[in-house]
Amino acid sequence: MKKTRRSFLKGLSAGVICLSLGQLGFDLKEAQAFAGAIKIEGAKEVISVCPFCSVCCQVIAYVRDGALVSTEGDPDFPVSEGALCAKGAALFSMYSSHHRLQKPLYRAPYSDRWEEKDWDWTLNQIARKVKNARDKNIILKDEKGRTVNRLENIFMMGTSHASNEECAVIHQAMRGLGVVHMDHQARV
Amino acid sequence: MTNHWIDIQNSDAVLIIGSNAAEHHPVAFKWVMRAKDRGAALMHVDPKFSRTSARCDFHVPLRSGTDIAFLGGMINHILEKELYFKEYVEKYTNAAFVVGKNYAFNDGLFSGFNAAARRYDKSMWAMETGPDGGPVIDPSFKNERCVINLMRKHYSRYTLKNVSDITGVSQDNLLKVYDRFCATGKPDKAGTIMYALGWTQHTVGVQNIRCSALIQLLLGNIGVAGGGINALRGEPNVQGSTDHALLYNNLPGYHATPNASWQTLAEYNKANTPVTALKNSANWWSNRPKYMTSLLKGWFGDAATPENDFCYAYLPKLEPGQDYSYMYVMDKMYHGKLEGGFIFGVNPMNSFPNTNKMRAALDKLDWLVCSELHHSETTDNWQRPGSDPKSQKTEVFLLPSAHRIEKEGTISNSGRWLQWFDQGVKPAGEARNFADIFVPLFNKIRALYTAEGGVLPEPILKMHWTEKFKADEWTKRINGFFWADTKVGDKTYKRGQLVPAFGALTADGSTSSLNWVYAGSYTEEEGNKSKRRDTTQTPMQAAIGLYPNWSWCWPVNRRILYNRASVDENGKPWNPERAVIAWENGKWTGDVPDGPWPPMADKEKGKLPFIMMKDGHGGFFASGPADGPLPEHYEPAETPLSSHVFSKQLSSPVYKFHSSDMDQVAPPADPRYPIVLTTYSLTEHWCGGGETRNVPNLLETEPQLYVEMSHELAREKGIQNGDGVIVESARGRVEAIAMVTIRIRPFTVMGKTVHLIGMPFAYGWTTPKCGDSTNRLTIGACDPNTTIPEAKACCVNLHKADTLTEIG
Repeated sequence: MKKTRRSFLKGLSAGVICLSLGQLGFDLKEAQAFAGAIKIEGAKEVISVCPFCSVCCQVIAYVRDGALVSTEGDPDFPVSEGALCAKGAALFSMYSSHHRLQKPLYRAPYSDRWEEKDWDWTLNQIARKVKNARDKNIILKDEKGRTVNRLENIFMMGTSHASNEECAVIHQAMRGLGVVHMDHQARV
Repeated sequence: MTNHWIDIQNSDAVLIIGSNAAEHHPVAFKWVMRAKDRGAALMHVDPKFSRTSARCDFHVPLRSGTDIAFLGGMINHILEKELYFKEYVEKYTNAAFVVGKNYAFNDGLFSGFNAAARRYDKSMWAMETGPDGGPVIDPSFKNERCVINLMRKHYSRYTLKNVSDITGVSQDNLLKVYDRFCATGKPDKAGTIMYALGWTQHTVGVQNIRCSALIQLLLGNIGVAGGGINALRGEPNVQGSTDHALLYNNLPGYHATPNASWQTLAEYNKANTPVTALKNSANWWSNRPKYMTSLLKGWFGDAATPENDFCYAYLPKLEPGQDYSYMYVMDKMYHGKLEGGFIFGVNPMNSFPNTNKMRAALDKLDWLVCSELHHSETTDNWQRPGSDPKSQKTEVFLLPSAHRIEKEGTISNSGRWLQWFDQGVKPAGEARNFADIFVPLFNKIRALYTAEGGVLPEPILKMHWTEKFKADEWTKRINGFFWADTKVGDKTYKRGQLVPAFGALTADGSTSSLNWVYAGSYTEEEGNKSKRRDTTQTPMQAAIGLYPNWSWCWPVNRRILYNRASVDENGKPWNPERAVIAWENGKWTGDVPDGPWPPMADKEKGKLPFIMMKDGHGGFFASGPADGPLPEHYEPAETPLSSHVFSKQLSSPVYKFHSSDMDQVAPPADPRYPIVLTTYSLTEHWCGGGETRNVPNLLETEPQLYVEMSHELAREKGIQNGDGVIVESARGRVEAIAMVTIRIRPFTVMGKTVHLIGMPFAYGWTTPKCGDSTNRLTIGACDPNTTIPEAKACCVNLHKADTLTEIG
């Protein structure tokens, strides 16, 4: 395989730069001690893609002991050449955000608060609502007597944040139910 | 995009219109700058001066909603001055086709208009046909009903004076753009048009884009390196989610959703499979039955057989002519006609227009399921400012969703590159990816139908489904499998093996593919091509920045669409320096060509370049759009004018709208709302800001809602930079901080001064004191083809605020 920009840079930083700085008389001990302690040391590199605009800049996520320790642009990605915008550069902060939702929440009718629930209870409730609504309202024939198998009183909105595989799952499930009110950001 | 991000470097002229690319696609903008380094002219046509304007050679301010007038003037300029690429236009487009006698255009209206239904009878715009049913073609262009002659006549009204009067662009500025862009009408020159939501979010959105197609076909800029019409798609996987059709009107792979008049698969195929009389037209959609059967086979597996029509009957059928898009969903919801639903990864209570109506509509639901990273204006609508939760009936389930680095799979970028991402870490807390929500949910529904029975259980129970979601398995399902041992060429594939390309898909049920355009992305021979990271290129590919071995691109790894139009009839590139493909020694080199056939000079096997068009020619005149076969200027649904110079038809006669008590529209030239509003997002925030407002460093850089206005308007209104301001439309009231700037200047439109203001829409009440949805001002009037609402132009007024409650 062709030598990539990244492997070239690695070789460069390990060899040429250190050597030349050493030759120039810099004391490398301090720099080496810092390098030994940098946060990505020993971290696994995982290739991901920035979750914002559709330039889809590839990013490298550094993971150590199951935790994300840093993110940066992938210098080999031909479109971005390693660059990231303000949002892409803030990717790491997004994962450490305390605002993230962590558990399924439930708001009962006329309640003024959220309650934490477990997944199983939550999905059971939703499955029951979908089935009841479908059994009660699915339109098997239209006014002209044509077969339409159409469920009109449930809708699906979203999402272009889903992967292709998630989109395929959502589309198949929704058409299986008979949902026709389906749309997402492509129409905004 | 017809082309891709890196390809922009190959342009000689870059026209950015309806987009603030430097702000919204900042990293890819480097390729615009590379074009500049190579001597290209960069032009920005947009209502306000922005980061994009600053990097271009010049900025041309345009009144929002007048792009067709601006571009119509360019079409007139090209035709009048004979600046078009003659050989390309004559051989590759429908310029020489003769239009049928029923077509007419009179004072802003095309023939076939039904005023009561606000609809055209599009059959009135059909081409004249010969005895074989094929088009009548007059290569001499002598017939006055030749497309090019009708086009010449249509745009003769778009004189510099008329265009300048309507757009507010000076005649000098018009010529500056026209001259530079039209210089690309030469065989060895290329110009690109880059647009975004500044074009789509109008009641004439589709015709804005059609206008660019007319220009690019005239100049021979489609199919060539550095050319094309490049939609700068916004959302992260909006290309993929469109391909996979999370849209009411499509099935995955650009097939129409079945409607009630197509009761059988045969009826569906008959209505949706074009037939051409031209021997040298590839008419690629003639393959549609193969792709439809393979899709049904992917959904229903062994349950789908030729005997049961591959389970086609189970699919929901739309009522012909009915619109089920989200603005219609929201209107039905407002009228209490929907019971419940799912809103995943989108924040309509902030980013949909006429948001006050949206928020009131959501109150009417019995139940709502949301999946998000953070609380949003949608998830917490029941406790929005001014709402009493104790009177809100909606039961809400809020499911925590996984972030990108917490899941794996593929997405498709704007240039159609399929890119794999690995999972780095486990989802935060109990968060799940969307599929790990829908797969178990659907399995619970299946279990209920198995245990209890119910109405029409078959599509749910017979579905080829899964117990547990694995991304890799679905990447393969999207590509497709053989369901019977099959010979392709000299190779035999076993049942269960992956199909090598869409050429292997069949209509007999022996293959599946959840999306034919992705067939070939994951093969037995080469594995998962979305993971490829090889930068190897041939010198010819290197010359235009083509990376055929990095990831994979649909269709069949073709990086530049319609690339057969980049060569002459003998397969010789118009521009050998920047060749996309070339016919050498009996085969094609460079990019993957638009089909394997030899060049057109081969009278037996050669094919026309526009392979997705029934008759193989690029279409200036098209009977598909709901609002006319040629783009025509109409004012936005809300306009500061009471008339315009092009016709008596003020606004589009067929745009869609709703008429509830919350759908107020200001009449034309309403003195209560004399100012044009346009809206936009920011580099530091993502669209409605639902995620980025929760990232402290991003919120710090763009902390609150502002309104950009000219010094002239600020003086008129007694407003200083930094003052609190109230902006009002017929639909809502929004607080913002005044940003008085030279970036926006007043327009002179038909002799009168028209002010325009601009506001970002990234702010919402769940982030304390940063401001609330700008879209409370915008309008729900929609394009008649796409039903995309006109969020980019409406009429407002503003005054200095005494006190502010939404902004701290």
